[in-house]
Amino acid sequence: MNPKRKQRLFIILGLVSGLGVTVGLVMYALSQNINLFFTPTQIAQGDAPVAQMIRLGGMVADGTVDRDPQSLRVAFDVTDFDHNVSVSYEGILPDLFREGQGVVVQGRLSGDQFLASEVLAKHDQNYMPPEVTEALRQSGKLDQMMGGKNK
Amino acid sequence: MRWRWFHQWGSPRWFYERAGRWQLVFGWVSLGLIAVGTIWGLGFAPVDYQQGNSYRIIYLHVPVAFLAQAMYAAMAVSALVLLVWKMKIADIAMQSIAVIGFTFTALALGSGAVWGKPTWGTYWVWDARLTSMLILAFLYLALIGLRASIRDPDQAGKVCGILVLVGVVNLPIIKYSVEWWNTLHQPASLKLTEKPTMPASMWIPLLVNILGYYIVAAYLVLGSMRAILVERERRSSWVKELVDRV
Repeated sequence: MNPKRKQRLFIILGLVSGLGVTVGLVMYALSQNINLFFTPTQIAQGDAPVAQMIRLGGMVADGTVDRDPQSLRVAFDVTDFDHNVSVSYEGILPDLFREGQGVVVQGRLSGDQFLASEVLAKHDQNYMPPEVTEALRQSGKLDQMMGGKNK
Repeated sequence: MRWRWFHQWGSPRWFYERAGRWQLVFGWVSLGLIAVGTIWGLGFAPVDYQQGNSYRIIYLHVPVAFLAQAMYAAMAVSALVLLVWKMKIADIAMQSIAVIGFTFTALALGSGAVWGKPTWGTYWVWDARLTSMLILAFLYLALIGLRASIRDPDQAGKVCGILVLVGVVNLPIIKYSVEWWNTLHQPASLKLTEKPTMPASMWIPLLVNILGYYIVAAYLVLGSMRAILVERERRSSWVKELVDRV
């Protein structure tokens, strides 16, 4: 490579890596704003703003889903296996909503209750045919496999 | 002498003829692969235990989302070649890829949205993965607009090349967004370094489709580059010869 081209190459690589470091630092500084949701632990520690629209993310705790038979009202706990937050919601839930499923809930904190205005289901990266799921469930390996991958 | 194979591609006439032959091969191979992968994926791969049939969008969504990013990487390499070696063909590559890359990005965003509605419960959410993909789409649009606004092709190439290289920082952000921050979008199911998180009956047709989409992208880029090349070189003798032959 002739010296002129070499010089241009180094200038360009220098500029791009400088820009990369700058953007990286900005992203690092803003990481709390880029995160889509607060975890139950962050809410328990008081990191989340009160009486302001926020999102809460975690798993629907087993055995906590309580549906009102007269209306669309539903109450459930969201957990990250360290802390729980009780959520109350009125509206249509996504098809994937069930106990043990990851969810992202939008709403506001009021006391120790989370009043939700929207519930989204979070899908994980695992795909499986139903027969395989059934076989895994029977051998008791399903939780082990799912638990290993999800946060 | 060592660089001859590389500089040869800079010759417009050589490129036009070689690319024409490759284009034909790529066209047929990609058609075959995408037909096999899509029919296999949509018709014969097993359903998912949770999502049922709606998961089958991955046979479109995953390949186009891969290509949206791969096209940008290819465009960045072209920009580097243009700015360092001043090869005109690299500028033509940048111009072609911007339009095709935008198309793939729009398809990825659209197919993701129609999957998101039944699965997540919403078409759109401002999480890090979706937002960084939207920024990628805007980068492609900005490049198309920027080029259209500068009349001199040499000048346009230089300015677009710099913008392309600036936008490269977005690529690692897209890739790692689902790991660095908490998002609604799930982490990758297919990784080079790990076992896929789905059975072979699901990922083999997906891999066939990914390969097919890569090749169809090459086909589209070569076709578009040849068209732009002939237009830019319309005053040269080899293009006049070509026209006379037709």
